[in-house]
Amino acid sequence: MNIIIALAYLLSSILFILGLRDLSSPKTARRGNQLAMIAMLIAIVVTLTKNEILDFTLIIIGLIIGSAIGAIIARKIQMTAVPQMVALFNGLGGGASALVALAKYNRLSGDIRIDVIISMVASLSIGAITFTGSLVAFGKLQGLIRGAPVVFKAQRLLNMLLFALFLIMGIIVTINPANSTGLLIILAIALILGILFVIPIGGADMPVVISTLNSCSGMAAAATGFVLSNNILIICGALVGASGFILTRIMCKAMNRSITNIIFGSVGTVSVNDNNNDKHVVINYTEEDASIMLEAAQKVIIIPGYGLAVAQAQFALQELVTMLINSGIDVRYAIHPVAGRMPGHMNVLLAEANVSYDLLFDLEDINDSFQNTDVALVVGANDVINPSARSNKESPLYGMPILNADQARSVIICKRSLSPGFSGVDNELFYQKKTLMIFGDAKESINKIIKLLKT
Amino acid sequence: MIETLLVSVYIFVLAIFVGFETITKVPPLLHTPLMSGTNAISGITLVGALISAGAGHSTLSTILGLLAVIIATINVVGGFMVTDRMLEMFKKEKKKNYNR
Repeated sequence: MNIIIALAYLLSSILFILGLRDLSSPKTARRGNQLAMIAMLIAIVVTLTKNEILDFTLIIIGLIIGSAIGAIIARKIQMTAVPQMVALFNGLGGGASALVALAKYNRLSGDIRIDVIISMVASLSIGAITFTGSLVAFGKLQGLIRGAPVVFKAQRLLNMLLFALFLIMGIIVTINPANSTGLLIILAIALILGILFVIPIGGADMPVVISTLNSCSGMAAAATGFVLSNNILIICGALVGASGFILTRIMCKAMNRSITNIIFGSVGTVSVNDNNNDKHVVINYTEEDASIMLEAAQKVIIIPGYGLAVAQAQFALQELVTMLINSGIDVRYAIHPVAGRMPGHMNVLLAEANVSYDLLFDLEDINDSFQNTDVALVVGANDVINPSARSNKESPLYGMPILNADQARSVIICKRSLSPGFSGVDNELFYQKKTLMIFGDAKESINKIIKLLKT
Repeated sequence: MIETLLVSVYIFVLAIFVGFETITKVPPLLHTPLMSGTNAISGITLVGALISAGAGHSTLSTILGLLAVIIATINVVGGFMVTDRMLEMFKKEKKKNYNR
């Protein structure tokens, strides 16, 4: 029986890997996800045949409740709210891993091998950090708590003290696994650390935070696998851990910042001196100016940002794009890797609005085309087009790869206000002669432009 | 006992490499579905939760197990379903409703 279970787990692992491989192309991605579902189903069904399991009542109750809640959330969620949903689910995964480790600890009642207790401490702490960290991230993205960085005096000192205490307790518990108070203290510290890690991080750094938490939820599952000597948990945990790690690295690179800088740097609180701000004047253009410009253009590149998601403007934008394409204008989308609140956020929103992915281009593929572009239409993006990232060594954005919108012949920017982006840095592009600023809700502005183009 | 542990460590390290190789190939276009899909996969901890909830060792570990089953199932079911919903939208050249 055990051999059959082990082989079924192997089959399940293979399907998980094949599923992930299929995610490398939009043509096969859906099948890939379905393969992973089958893999999960196999793993669950096989586990239920284990003779360790004596009572199925609670299991069935748990599965029904969980499935119902999960299905409702998955169906009701709006595509603009996917980042907070992923954050929430990350937290649940991490929390579940921690609970499983705790339950196993309770079962073994103190008589625990050293490698198992180390894995337990790892699973419990990573799981708990993932849980509270994700809940804070969820709260920030959902607008339940202040999205801006929350920083207080001695925050770093507190983190370090807690971390030191955590290490000491870890050693104590490893030496004497029967010390259950010690384990609970570790749990408490980890729960607090999760909160402390995420509260100082602001909205635009969320792609990094979510990727890191994603990686952590995988690592927690892998650690639980070591606790239970269960290879499928180890394999899946490692796959997810690697995935989250890669995404974290990509996001960091796209912002030219290190992960330590993001966790401990708290960008957005530094007030940058805009010493040259006063001599600039912004001319407030109207949708009419924009529509005239778009009508005359031959090549247009659209740059969406988080403002698109906030205004739910993806459908209106696509309607505009379709109109422009139908009148013979070459229109493409330029997607910055950190546009939005999670990796690939803009792509999902535009896919929802029926945009063919042929029209979506990554930064490196489109950046050279701006020179031959008549109009760069920016919808709710700011920092990712700030030219100071290229030239101004003083700027906190310096070194971040940006979309070269400023190289287009003219730039139309739909924005709610002149307020600087998340980084707190003023954007000189707003004040250039070739820039048309249109203030207001992105959706309303675009709808007005559509109306004007129709007449 | 140390051998089983070593085998597990082998598996862990090799799986990380497989993960790296496979996931590096995923284009930025699909990063959100990748994240929510792997998110659902991390709910594999459900397997451990099922044993905790069903083994009937002590009331405490059963309750912890039940809680873990519930939240891991939300993670798995919700994660896979929303990923499927997203990927369904990623189609090339949908029927062109340009007449709006």
